[in-house]
Amino acid sequence: MSTDDRKNDSQHGSKAKLAPDKNNDGSSASANNTKTVKKLLLVVVAMFGFGFALVPLYDVFCDITGLNGKTNSTAVDYTATGIDESRTITVQFITRNAKGIPWQFEPVINEITVHPGEIKVVSFYAKNNSQHDIIGQAVPSVSPGLAANYFHKIECFCFTQQPLKSLEDVEMTLQFYVDLDLPKDINTLTLSYTLYDITEKSS
Amino acid sequence: MTTDVIVQDSHDEHHDDSHEHGKMTGIKRWLYTTNHKDIGTLYLWFAFIMFLTGGAMAMVIRAELFQPGLQLVEPDFFNQLTTVHGLIMVFGAIMPAFTGFANWMLPMMLGAPDMALPRMNNWSFWILPFAFAILLGSFFMESGAPNFGWTFYAPLSTTYSNGSTAFFVFAVHIMGISSIMGAINIVVTIMNMRAPGMTYMKMPLFVWTFFITAYLLIAVMPVLAGVVTMLLTDTYFGTSFFDAAGGGDPVLFQHIFWFFGHPEVYIMILPAFGIVSTIIPTFSRKRLFGYTSMVYATSSIAFLSFIVWAHHMFTTGMPLFGELFFMYCTMLIAVPTGVKVFNWVATMWRGSLTFETPMLFSIAFVILFTIGGFSGLMLAMTPVDFQYHDTYFVVAHFHYVLVTGSLFSIYAGAYYWLPKWTGHMYNDTLSKWHFWCSLISVNLLFFPMHFLGLAGMPRRIPDYALQFADFNKWVSIGGFAFGLSQLIFLVVVIKCIRGGEKAPAKPWDGAIGLEWTVASPAPYHTFSTPPPQADIDQADQHEH
Repeated sequence: MSTDDRKNDSQHGSKAKLAPDKNNDGSSASANNTKTVKKLLLVVVAMFGFGFALVPLYDVFCDITGLNGKTNSTAVDYTATGIDESRTITVQFITRNAKGIPWQFEPVINEITVHPGEIKVVSFYAKNNSQHDIIGQAVPSVSPGLAANYFHKIECFCFTQQPLKSLEDVEMTLQFYVDLDLPKDINTLTLSYTLYDITEKSS
Repeated sequence: MTTDVIVQDSHDEHHDDSHEHGKMTGIKRWLYTTNHKDIGTLYLWFAFIMFLTGGAMAMVIRAELFQPGLQLVEPDFFNQLTTVHGLIMVFGAIMPAFTGFANWMLPMMLGAPDMALPRMNNWSFWILPFAFAILLGSFFMESGAPNFGWTFYAPLSTTYSNGSTAFFVFAVHIMGISSIMGAINIVVTIMNMRAPGMTYMKMPLFVWTFFITAYLLIAVMPVLAGVVTMLLTDTYFGTSFFDAAGGGDPVLFQHIFWFFGHPEVYIMILPAFGIVSTIIPTFSRKRLFGYTSMVYATSSIAFLSFIVWAHHMFTTGMPLFGELFFMYCTMLIAVPTGVKVFNWVATMWRGSLTFETPMLFSIAFVILFTIGGFSGLMLAMTPVDFQYHDTYFVVAHFHYVLVTGSLFSIYAGAYYWLPKWTGHMYNDTLSKWHFWCSLISVNLLFFPMHFLGLAGMPRRIPDYALQFADFNKWVSIGGFAFGLSQLIFLVVVIKCIRGGEKAPAKPWDGAIGLEWTVASPAPYHTFSTPPPQADIDQADQHEH
C-alpha cells in the first residue's frame, strides 16, 4: 500500500493529475476495502480469542513463577533428598469462610516449625452448623506468593470436595513438606484456606 | 509562513447546487443515512445527550457529597450512579464524540467522498442508542442498575451482583460491536480512501491519531467483549473463570480487564492530541512543530499502552519484579507524552497568537492535561500508589485527563469546526463565557480532590469523615457550576445552527487542511472528485 502511494506521489508532480487511481476507482476500491475489512475482522476474532487464551496463560505463568501463591492442586510424591536441619521454617495456618457458608472451620494447631525436607501432618477441623447438607471446598493460598512453589502437599483435603451433613463434623488432614530449595530469605510461610460453599455448583 | 489556500475549487461549486441530492426528509433521513456528515452529526448529538445524562448523575453524586452523612440517596443507589456515570461518560460521551469527529472530518481531510463503508457506518451508530437504552433501562428494574463500579471487578459483578449483570454485559457487547465497526471503518477509510498523492506522512496529524486509535480499538475491544462474556457465564452458567471456589482467580479478572482498560485510556486521549495539534498551529499561524516526532510519539504511546496495565493493580500483591517492571514502563510513557507537550509549546513559541475560543480550550488542554499527566506519574510510583490507591487522588487524576483533557479537546474541536458544519459563526461572547466558566469551575471541582485523596478520602463512598467536609463543599459547588456552564455550550450550538454571522469557507486565517477548501456549510457531498495536488501540498502539516 505505502509503496503504491509513494509511486503515486512521485507521479503527481506539481501539475496534479485528477485521473482517479485505483484507490478511487469504484469496483477495485470496494474489493480493496473488502480485503482490508477481512484482515481487520481476523484481528478482532484473534483478539477475542486472546482474551480467553489469557486464562490458561495466566495459570501457566503463575505455575512457573509462583506469582499468585497458588499451590499444587493434586497430590505430589515426596522427592526431597534429605532433611536440612540447619534451617527451621515456621508454617502458620489460617482459615477463612467465604460469605454465606455457616461452617466452623479452623486449624487444630495454628503454627508448626519444620525443617526443609521434613514431612509433617496437621489437621483442620470443620463442622457444618447449619440445618442443611452442604458441600464445601477449601482453596489454599501461600504467602509470600513466591514460596508457593516450594510448599508441597502430599495429601490435602483441599484436593477434594467436603460434603458435610447438617451438624456433622470432621477432622481433615494435610500432609506436606517444604522444599530444600526454599529461598534463604523466607523463614515463615503462611498457608491460608478459604472455604467456599459449592453445593449449588456441584449439584 | 501561512499561505492562502485556494478556496472554493470549481468542483466544489459544481456540487453546491446539487447538494440536496440523495437526502431523504424527516426522520428517515437520519435512520437510513449513509452520509458521513449526517452520521457524524448523529454521533455528536448522541454524545452530547449522553454527556448531559452522565453529568446529571454526577450532579446527584456531588449533591450527596456536599456534606457528610447520608442526605439524598441510598448507598446502593449512589453506587449505581457512580457506576453508570463512569460507563456513560467513557462509552457514551467521549468515545462517540470522537467517532463523530472522525466521521465528519476524516473524509474531508483525506479528500475522500465518504467513509469507506457507509452502510456499516449507519449500523455502528444506530445500535448505540439500544446499548444505552438497555444500560439506562436497568435503573427502572427491580434489581437496579449496575452498582459494581465501571471497572466491574469480579466478584462484585458476579457473586455479589444485584442482578443487573446480564443487562450490563449485553449493553457492553453492543457498545463494543459499535466501536469495532466504527474503528474498522476508520482504518479502511484511511488506508484506501486517501486522495491520490496524499501519502501517509502527508496526512494531517488529526488523521494519524484516529488511525492509531482505531487500531487500539480493534485490538482491545474484543478483549473487553471476552471478559464480559466470562463474567456472564460465571454469573449465570456456572463457569469459574473468576470464582476461586471453582478453581478460578478473581485477580485474573483485573489482568484481563486492564489489558483492555489501559489502551482504552489512550483511545480516549489520542484523538484529543490530534484535535489540539490541528488547532494550536492555526491560531499560532505556524506549522505544527515536529510533525514526524508527533506521529512517532503517538505510535509509541499506543505501543506502551499494552505493557503497563498492571499499574492499576499494584496493591493486589504483585512480586517486586512485577511492580518495578510496570512502574518503569508506565513512567516511560511520560517521554513520548512530553515530546507532544513540548511540540505544542514550541508551535506556539514566537507564533502570532490569537485567542479565539478553540485556541483557549486548546491552551487550557495543554496545561490541565499536563497536570493530569503529572498526577499520573505520581500514581505510577509503586510505593506511593499504596497510599493513593482508590482515593480521591485517583479521581482527580483521571478527571483532569478526561475532562480537562479529552472533553476540552472536544469543545476546542467543536468550536473550531462549527463554522464548517453549520455555515455560521458561533456566538463569540457566549463561547467565551462557556470557556471561562468551565475553566474556573472545573478546577474548583477537581483540584481539591487531590488534597482529599492525599488526606485519605476513599472514592466511591457516599459518606465521609468530618475532616473532609470543607473541601467537599467546594468541590460540589465547583461541580454544580461546571454542570451549569455546559448548558451555555448547548445554547451556543443551537444558536449557531439556527443562524448567526455567515461563515466563509475558511474562517480562520491560519488554518490549513483540505476541509477548508470546501464551502461552509460543507456541501452534503464533498470531494466526489479528488482534490488537486496543490491543495494536498498546502494541507501538509510539516514545517517548511
